[in-house]
Amino acid sequence: MTDLNLTVIPLPSGVSVDDDIDLRGEVCPYTFVKSKLALEDMEVGQVLSIRLDHLPAVDNCPRSFRNEGQEIVGVEQVDDTDWLVTVRKVRE
Amino acid sequence: MSVNVYIPGPFRSATGNMAKVESEGSTVAEALRTLGNRYPAFKSLVFDLNGGVADHVAVFLNNRDIGTLQGDQTAIGEGDEISIVPAMSGGASGWSEEQILRYSRHIVMPQVGGKGQRKLLNAKVLLIGAGGLGSPTAMYLAAAGVGTIGLVDADVVDLSNLQRQLLHDTNDVGKPKVDSGQERINDLNPEVNVIKHRLYLNSENAMEIISGYDIVVNGCDNFPTRYLVNDTCVFLKKPLVDGSILFFEGQATVYLPGKGCYRCVYPAPPPPGMVPSCAEGGVLGVLPGIVGCIEAIETIKLILGLGESLSGRLLLFDALSMEFRQMKLRRDPQCPVCGDHPTVTELIDYEEFCLGIASPTEAAREAIRIG
Ligand SMILES: [Zn+2]
Repeated sequence: MTDLNLTVIPLPSGVSVDDDIDLRGEVCPYTFVKSKLALEDMEVGQVLSIRLDHLPAVDNCPRSFRNEGQEIVGVEQVDDTDWLVTVRKVRE
Repeated sequence: MSVNVYIPGPFRSATGNMAKVESEGSTVAEALRTLGNRYPAFKSLVFDLNGGVADHVAVFLNNRDIGTLQGDQTAIGEGDEISIVPAMSGGASGWSEEQILRYSRHIVMPQVGGKGQRKLLNAKVLLIGAGGLGSPTAMYLAAAGVGTIGLVDADVVDLSNLQRQLLHDTNDVGKPKVDSGQERINDLNPEVNVIKHRLYLNSENAMEIISGYDIVVNGCDNFPTRYLVNDTCVFLKKPLVDGSILFFEGQATVYLPGKGCYRCVYPAPPPPGMVPSCAEGGVLGVLPGIVGCIEAIETIKLILGLGESLSGRLLLFDALSMEFRQMKLRRDPQCPVCGDHPTVTELIDYEEFCLGIASPTEAAREAIRIG
């Protein structure tokens, strides 16, 4: 279905999501830009769930967040089109 | 009918952390009520006291707002998807769609981000001169989203300016430079607040004008203004980003409060007539583009608190040899303005000063700098 090597990370049970953002229909780099802006408004320790349907973003978003020192706690496909990327803010 | 219901993050504690749950019913309302019966906490989140869908919750059926269909009585089909989207205070709040697009290449950078972009938007920068140096500085600061840009310039656009002053157009000849400058800046970025100061800076008005800004960028073309701006910035403790050009050579540096000033380097101007102005001596048109862009970069670094400022270093650029060199600068304890025992403690008459009432020093004799 895709050339992308998407790495699935099952969201560990017990992780509670503090906020979420629906970025279906958005493409790179705005998927990252918008989720980064959302995370900036959150507190260290909080968890953001990002809903994406642009496959390259499922690859790019986690990488960009890791580059910024944030923790990716989940990358899961939830249906035919949508993925949830879950990131924990571990630094300002 | 069996449908999938997407549960938003904030509601997931009510559904056992499930992002998506199956439900049944023939209408949206029925499907949600089925879930409410299974998860009582979910019921209290989604429904109001009258049993309807709460106003702070938007419901979508296959990505369409049910408000545009038949509300919660909308019929559902096998495999349909219902999304519950609560109102959120977080998210990318405070940013318009246009801002997100316009500044995305800043926001993605770890060193800038939304926070850095916000600093740029809140910054107030005063440009002394809307000419050769001020043009590229103004345009890059505007493009970067510096929220308030003040332009000080009393002149009107002359055809001879257009060889290097990119703020102005052929159609602008005869127009005040602050007017055509404002138009160009707002064409580039309509959200920049441009403050026009169509006047000659002097010892009467300098303190009041400069006190309204965070950073001053020098792009002036004469010595009286150069000393006036320097002294005012020292008195008001404002960072001064400095640049000058002549022929094929340029200079740039940054004077930070308490770390030296223009007078530490050049205590007095050269005697009148020793240094030609750009009008007499000429200047390569691209040169102010280089130096003005360096001034813009240093300004943005100061606003963002990034990197190593050019403070304490005088950058020399020679276009003919295509060489950059750096000279170390230091604060002079004997400086008449910022030294340990300053002799100049208020603004003076700089025209007179530059006409050679004060005796020029060696440093000044070596100086070739004109904006
Ligand atoms: Zn000084």
